[in-house]
Amino acid sequence: VIEAARRAVEAATKAGAGEAEAYLAEDSGREVRVHGGAVESLTAATQRGLGIRAWIGKRVGYAYGTDLSATGIAALAERAAEAARIADEDEFAGAPVGGGDAEARGLVLSDSTIGEWSTGRLAELALEIERAALGADARIAGVEQAVYADSSERVAIASSTGIEGEYSSSSCYGYVQALAQGEGGRETGLGFGLGRGPAALEPAAIGHEGAERALAMIGAEKPASRACPVVLDPTVAASFIGLIGRGLSAGAVQRGRSPFAGRVGEEVAGEVLTLHDDGLDPDGFASSPLDGEGVPRRRTALVEGTTLRTYLYDTYAARRGDASSTGNASRAGYRSQPSVSTSNLVVAPGTLGFAELLSKAGDGVLVTDVAGLHSGVNPVSGVFSVGASGRTIRNGELAEPLREFTIASDLVSMLRGVSAAGTDARWVPFSGSVKTPSLLIGEMTVAGS
Amino acid sequence: MSELIDSEVAARVLSRALANGGEFAEVFAERNAGLTMAIDESRIEAVQSGVGAGAGVRVISDGTTYFSHVDGLDPDDIERAADEAAAALRAERSAPQALGAIAGTPQTIEVPPAGVPAERKAALLRELDQRARGAGGEIAQFTASYAEAHREVCVANSAGLFAGDDRTRVRIGAQAVARRGDLVETGAETLGAHRGFELFDDDPGAIAEDAARKALTLLDAAAAPAGSMPVVVGGGFGGVLFHEMTGHGLEADHIQKGASVYIGKLGEQVAQPLLTAYDDGRLPNEWGSDGIDDEGVPTQKTRVIEEGRLTAYLYDGVTARRDGVASTGNGRRESFRHLPVPRMTNTYIAPGDAEPEAMIAEVERGFYAVSFAGGQVDPATGDFVFGVSEGYLIEGGKVTRPCRGATLIGNCLEALAAIDAVGNDFEIKTGICGKAGQRVPVGTGQGHVRIAAMTVGGTEV
Repeated sequence: VIEAARRAVEAATKAGAGEAEAYLAEDSGREVRVHGGAVESLTAATQRGLGIRAWIGKRVGYAYGTDLSATGIAALAERAAEAARIADEDEFAGAPVGGGDAEARGLVLSDSTIGEWSTGRLAELALEIERAALGADARIAGVEQAVYADSSERVAIASSTGIEGEYSSSSCYGYVQALAQGEGGRETGLGFGLGRGPAALEPAAIGHEGAERALAMIGAEKPASRACPVVLDPTVAASFIGLIGRGLSAGAVQRGRSPFAGRVGEEVAGEVLTLHDDGLDPDGFASSPLDGEGVPRRRTALVEGTTLRTYLYDTYAARRGDASSTGNASRAGYRSQPSVSTSNLVVAPGTLGFAELLSKAGDGVLVTDVAGLHSGVNPVSGVFSVGASGRTIRNGELAEPLREFTIASDLVSMLRGVSAAGTDARWVPFSGSVKTPSLLIGEMTVAGS
Repeated sequence: MSELIDSEVAARVLSRALANGGEFAEVFAERNAGLTMAIDESRIEAVQSGVGAGAGVRVISDGTTYFSHVDGLDPDDIERAADEAAAALRAERSAPQALGAIAGTPQTIEVPPAGVPAERKAALLRELDQRARGAGGEIAQFTASYAEAHREVCVANSAGLFAGDDRTRVRIGAQAVARRGDLVETGAETLGAHRGFELFDDDPGAIAEDAARKALTLLDAAAAPAGSMPVVVGGGFGGVLFHEMTGHGLEADHIQKGASVYIGKLGEQVAQPLLTAYDDGRLPNEWGSDGIDDEGVPTQKTRVIEEGRLTAYLYDGVTARRDGVASTGNGRRESFRHLPVPRMTNTYIAPGDAEPEAMIAEVERGFYAVSFAGGQVDPATGDFVFGVSEGYLIEGGKVTRPCRGATLIGNCLEALAAIDAVGNDFEIKTGICGKAGQRVPVGTGQGHVRIAAMTVGGTEV
């Protein structure tokens, strides 16, 4: 694949680009959906595409396509150069320069079993997830869907400025949406697991988690509106950490669109919260030796010892901010040009077990699910109000289930308000790739009845 | 209409797809081209041009779908995809029916955007930028985006269907950030259609001023109230409320899997008689319209609620066969890489009798949600949540102060039954709807709608 990437760089230079970069990705994957003890759909597919970034002076443009023939690449290169001519000049625009991949040596991101398992065996895994959910309790009325999916990717990046790199990675996940029959209606619960290959998944655990989450919601009612301590379970904490991570991108900061602008060096959190961006964590889904523009990934301390240490940079933001790239240029495949984004966000586990966390909360609310994050959070001001469900915490113990309420605060206050972290850290893939334990927030507004 | 794959190739692909049995086979091919660009800090940037083509082949046997897709439209590759889809089957060969002539009636496009010089698109963004920045000195940041997409699709199946569509969509979006001291607020507005560049003939720059006005208004906002109260929802994108709290629950896959609060409610009174609603994929040039759905079925107008009575679910081919009914033309897919699922097209509450001013005047203390940033529903439980992007307090029958950070939260069946007034105004706005990992363009519409009681989640307890 690196050969095709090199050819694309040459074609772009020929098309008039001063500098050029090519990103080529090949992906093959399978997906199995099951329902009611039968396979609903089986998908097997491969795809391959190329994206070219072209710089003409201080202008940059991007084009992508799937035709990798010589004429296809030449046409793509022409379109990238054409796109650059439309753009306005930007004094900080320019191609990244390489820097080796020393830190990533020994990083294993692929699991060979992913291709070895037959489709039948993968279907059996998905069916086992469904059975585990259905068998967990008589009140489990059904499963909306149980799914297994995997992807094996090979990426090559080359540029006219000497960047050249290739890597492979694989990932898979399984999930279930279980339905429990309550007195008033149905409740849903999501169970999920991830790994580099199917052998890493625990179907029974995924099924049970979905069932338990659905069962826990039976009989849920609206809480009274109040301000109180709130415990976020790891899935919910991950969503908020993901949003905070977005605000720590230098791109957002430089363009005046982050609530964390101007806060580097300031106290932004309590002692209990330590946050890293780690693009090299072997278990992180977003790990890779190189970022989306070929700069080595690394581990960057974001919040440590109560202080905001740095923002995250790609090459453009680094030039503009007089800093170095932190290897945080990310892409959502060849159809997207790179932009600054988190890799894996990792919150260090705390010292309190879950029971101790509840005990420290005293009287409050445990949030186990949030909805409406894309519409309920203002990423510029950080102000949010999102839908939530969970349980009452009374006298330090879990009490009745709660639904149909909102939690509201702003991201900066929330980060400051983290007063304890649990020991139950897990990887959550819903809002970027985040690993976090449960977090106790000193006070948040809960709006119910 | 052009054929992306000619009928002979399509027939061969279908025949190979059924080589190991199966009761249904289909090939879906597409070719797409798009251009996007943005203006940020008054500079044209993020200019991106993309092209793609490919085909997906599926075989259905005993309720299981076998699916494979390939990039490109090379007949040999598509036949290989058919072989791959059929590979897991072990039954006797079945034979597809002969294909008819290709059918389809695409939407009318006057000015194909691909033929418009890029400078005009950049100039459009510059105009948006100037108009927004001219709206007030407190506008600190402004970004706008332009997107055009041309998509030709072609579907052939073993029942003899052969159909095509030619789809062109354009959309611009504006986002303004207003700043006063430490206070930061945002406002956004979009304009889009299944139409050519003629969409921008009128006054596209108005959306920039709208976005700026929203952000500036919010600078004077107080914290949103928290609690249950009457809510008046604005027209246009307010329709996302109906899209989320009813539309998704009527999609037949949710019904068949036991994951909808509307199961068993067909024919029942679910709302007051003042409410009638439709899903209509044929509305001329609307954002959610197409000539055919992505299974080749002509799009249609489906009345889902008639005077408060639930009258229809929304079907794709698979769910329709399962229920022994006809597809309602709601089988949609994001691309050839995805399997079709039942999806809404343009969904709206038909205009009612009420004057919007009178609907507000009758509220002693309540909330006026002019527009939303979006929403989400769990069709199985009916629980939904909406982020309000522009909202005001109603006091003594009058709209008073703007509120920030409000969320509406509730349960579908309760909220639907609580709609006690529908306005005589009407507008349809554009949205991008996500379901099963696929994003498709949808229209959402209504006039003003009042809900007697709903929970507003703000910070002021």
